[in-house]
Amino acid sequence: MVTLDALIIGAGHNGLVTACYLARAGLKVLVVEKNDWIGGAAVSRELFPGFTYSNCSYVSSLFRPEIMRDLELPRHGLQILPYEGGALFTGGGGYLGMFRDHEANRREIARHSPRDAEAYDRYSRDILRNCRLIRPMLMRRPPDLASVRPRDLAELAWLGKQITGQSETQVYDMLRFWTMSIADFLDGYFENPAVKAYQAVGSIIGTALGPMSPGTAYVLLHHAMGDVDGNVGSWGYSRGGMGSITKALTDSLRASGGEVRVGAGVQQIVVKGGKAVGVVLDTGEEIRAARVVSNMDVRRTFLKHVEEKELPDPFLKRVRAFKTRGSSGKLNIALDGVPRFPALPDGAPNIKGDLHFTDSIAKMEAAYDDWKAGHFSRDPFQDVMIPTLIDPTMTPPGKHFMSCFVQYAPPKIEGRDWTDADRDGFRDACLNQIEAYAPGFKSLILHVEVRTPRELEAEVGLTEGNIFQGELTFDQMFFNRPVPGYANYRSPIRDLWICGSSTHPGGGVMGAPGRNAAAEILRDMKRPAKDMSDAYAIV
Amino acid sequence: MPSYDTIVIGAGLNGLAAAHRLAAKGASVLVLEGADTPGGGAALSHLSYNLDPRVAAAMNLSAHGLEWLAANLATTALSPDGNHLRLEGALGDRLTGDVPAQDRAAWASLRARLLRFAAVLSPLNQMTPPRIAKGAGNPMVKLAMIGLRARLMGAADFRELGRILLTNVHDLLDDELTSPLLKGALAFDATLGGWLGPRSPNSVLPWLVRLSGQTAGVQGALGLPKGGMAALGTAMARAAAAQGVTLRCAARVSRILVEGERAVGVVLAGGEEIRAPRVVSALAPKVTLLDLIGPRHIDAGLTTRARQQKARGGAAKLHLTLRSLPDFRGANPKDRLVIAASEHAVEQAFNPVKYGQTPEAPVMEIVLPTAHEPAPDGRHRLSAIVQFAPHAPPDRDAARAAMLQACLAQLGAYAPGLPDLVEAAELLMPYDIEAMTGLPGGQWHAGELSVEQMLFLRPFPGLSQYKGPIPGLWLASAGCHPGGGVSGSAGWNAAAAMEAAG
Repeated sequence: MVTLDALIIGAGHNGLVTACYLARAGLKVLVVEKNDWIGGAAVSRELFPGFTYSNCSYVSSLFRPEIMRDLELPRHGLQILPYEGGALFTGGGGYLGMFRDHEANRREIARHSPRDAEAYDRYSRDILRNCRLIRPMLMRRPPDLASVRPRDLAELAWLGKQITGQSETQVYDMLRFWTMSIADFLDGYFENPAVKAYQAVGSIIGTALGPMSPGTAYVLLHHAMGDVDGNVGSWGYSRGGMGSITKALTDSLRASGGEVRVGAGVQQIVVKGGKAVGVVLDTGEEIRAARVVSNMDVRRTFLKHVEEKELPDPFLKRVRAFKTRGSSGKLNIALDGVPRFPALPDGAPNIKGDLHFTDSIAKMEAAYDDWKAGHFSRDPFQDVMIPTLIDPTMTPPGKHFMSCFVQYAPPKIEGRDWTDADRDGFRDACLNQIEAYAPGFKSLILHVEVRTPRELEAEVGLTEGNIFQGELTFDQMFFNRPVPGYANYRSPIRDLWICGSSTHPGGGVMGAPGRNAAAEILRDMKRPAKDMSDAYAIV
Repeated sequence: MPSYDTIVIGAGLNGLAAAHRLAAKGASVLVLEGADTPGGGAALSHLSYNLDPRVAAAMNLSAHGLEWLAANLATTALSPDGNHLRLEGALGDRLTGDVPAQDRAAWASLRARLLRFAAVLSPLNQMTPPRIAKGAGNPMVKLAMIGLRARLMGAADFRELGRILLTNVHDLLDDELTSPLLKGALAFDATLGGWLGPRSPNSVLPWLVRLSGQTAGVQGALGLPKGGMAALGTAMARAAAAQGVTLRCAARVSRILVEGERAVGVVLAGGEEIRAPRVVSALAPKVTLLDLIGPRHIDAGLTTRARQQKARGGAAKLHLTLRSLPDFRGANPKDRLVIAASEHAVEQAFNPVKYGQTPEAPVMEIVLPTAHEPAPDGRHRLSAIVQFAPHAPPDRDAARAAMLQACLAQLGAYAPGLPDLVEAAELLMPYDIEAMTGLPGGQWHAGELSVEQMLFLRPFPGLSQYKGPIPGLWLASAGCHPGGGVSGSAGWNAAAAMEAAG
């Protein structure tokens, strides 16, 4: 038997990205996956005959184009279809539309507030500028603040240069942007509640914070820094569902000689003499490997699959306190036809994009207050899409797939586990909200898959259902992610690595954590990182 | 008519501190105060936690009448069933009451860490903020020393400081402690005077700033001055007078005279003009820029920043006159009494305020000054800071009435029968505090002390070094670095910056 150079736990997108890069560098690689399907939270499954769902993640923008190129994903079938726009429905029967084109957006905003249309130019410029600042940081290993090793110092110096390379005012504005609440931030630009609510969408998605919480302006950036075909901030559907991304990654991996085994859940990571040497599967089978890379979140990895005695107390304490509170749920719906939203003009392209029913920041915040009190939101915030209006490959002709991302849904209901009755209540709150804006919608429903944090944890393995594998707050970002002193994809156990969204730069279907982990592994092995573009200073 | 080389607008602590320091260096200083007595917002606070030791020493406040009734006041975290928790010594050095042993140990360690972090950051309070710009002439040695001292805490502490700097109070406490009452009292302290709930990110840093203060040389201690907090203002006014400062009360400045794009004096509400080559405004920067100078003389960008500066007061002040001393189920009436059943209770009190509504169950800090110093009329006075209160509710009178009712109900739950003892009640909502003191939004710090309005971002980015936007004008209020409380630091630092500028 050939010994594995690397065994990767979890066939989510980051695990696969790591595996691909390692395999391309000539390593013998195996990915083990507990589920019978590949993809983790970037998955497409058929739960209703003839309908392919994007069961968890549902749109693409953040996936780093460098990674797509390096791993030749388009050649392996990946295609991102940009979508056209979106709409936010207002209480009075009106709507605020969004379009792909800046000028069209501007005109639409002017319909609600001429002043805000003026501000929209300034706002777009400021967002873009800050996205440009952040993007180079995504594909780098954060420095350790307390270290004096040359690499950490050089990394700090690089950071300092990024910051001081701006004008004084720009630095101040950047620092404000990174620390403010989106509510306060938007108050600096806009006056119309609907305009503000629409812009705030990206600031709360996946986040256990309300729009009035400081730090949410940064989360907006996190969602705005992606692109589709070079259009920064725009989003698209992965043709065939989000599972196409992980399918393309799997094909790419196999083409480089790597393997994936499904239905192979890991029971324990085997540690000998402070070094990871392999895993024991749920079946009792032991697989040896020179190194183990975990794509599971950091709490699952270290609290469930590693013996406590192998880890130093301060590290364990921080992992235990790592915040993974889930905040969202998801409804996946098979539809017999396209629901009609009377507020939208006939033929408006907006229905092909993201649809929202929360028309003020205050309503978003109130939905968050429910979460804080341990309830799902009675009047939830939803991000609704009908991808099949653009991508007909997911359903039979004339039928449609609707994806509803919902906030907020807590990991526990008032401290106890979710029950099926809670789940039904959650589902009804969402469906009723849509029905109110699209009468007759409910009669089109053929099947609904409801996913609360409970299902996300049970099926995908995300602790507490947190879709980012850990909240994206400053104490868990950059050099603090996942644990201060371990923001380098390593762990206290030699040859045990982490490559999931628990690590820098965090969640979303981005692939950057997986790539960065591969870069570090290869660097440690003194192997050239073959096919890794933009890889910095692999010495 | 005598002429002055410096006019200070506002005889609050910062104005008086700046005036004193300038006079001590030989300037002839006139302080103009709109109210009838000096002291500014200090009279509305009720405990001292961050009086600048440099100011106390240089102004020799003890010689001018400042006396502490209690220099290290104990706190009782009230429980409605009488099962109180007592935090004695600075920041709860000793805990008595029903607290699990693991909490005692965890709190001792967390407390020490917080005080250590606060102490490391405290030198920042005593300097002009640096600028992030090349050739800004920053005190690099001083800044390096702060960094070095932080690093010398050890790698673990240094990393922990980097982790918690922008985190939230709820998680910080929840990671270490279990007792709801203890977490409630601490979460209350941490968010006092701000516009953030315990769950809001960035809520730990303002707490560290608070904990960098001291009373009578003890970090984290709370002081109750003899005669109340107004006595602090009186002592400072006396000290300033002794230094040769002229103080004119009931002299409200209506605008700053600008000639040739330079501040050359002030105009009083009555129309009187007073000229001086240097004008120091110790009023809130927002007021100074927008009302006293006016957009005509400053650039549009700065005007926008001033308008958008966040100044939401979140605290109300309650004054009750009581027939007799209330009984908070056996709690020591000389303590500072805190009503905050848990960290969630604090958060829940914040929730409605976000929407301009009043909380049903406010959290509060109570002081009974007459338990220390009996009043001649035999009545008792209860003074409470009540959180959270909306700064701009749609109906102000209705909000005040609802809030007062909620306060009395809450007090009655902790001290049965207290509402029946009430002879007179006054509740000052943030907008009332604004009307009385001129603090925008009734905000304690003359502008929220939030991360994006701190250090070189305070009061406005690019205007953090006390020098005003036009020559001849200086800013010296709590709205400047390092913020408010009742410290005098901003005024003292501003005077130092003026000295340095020559």
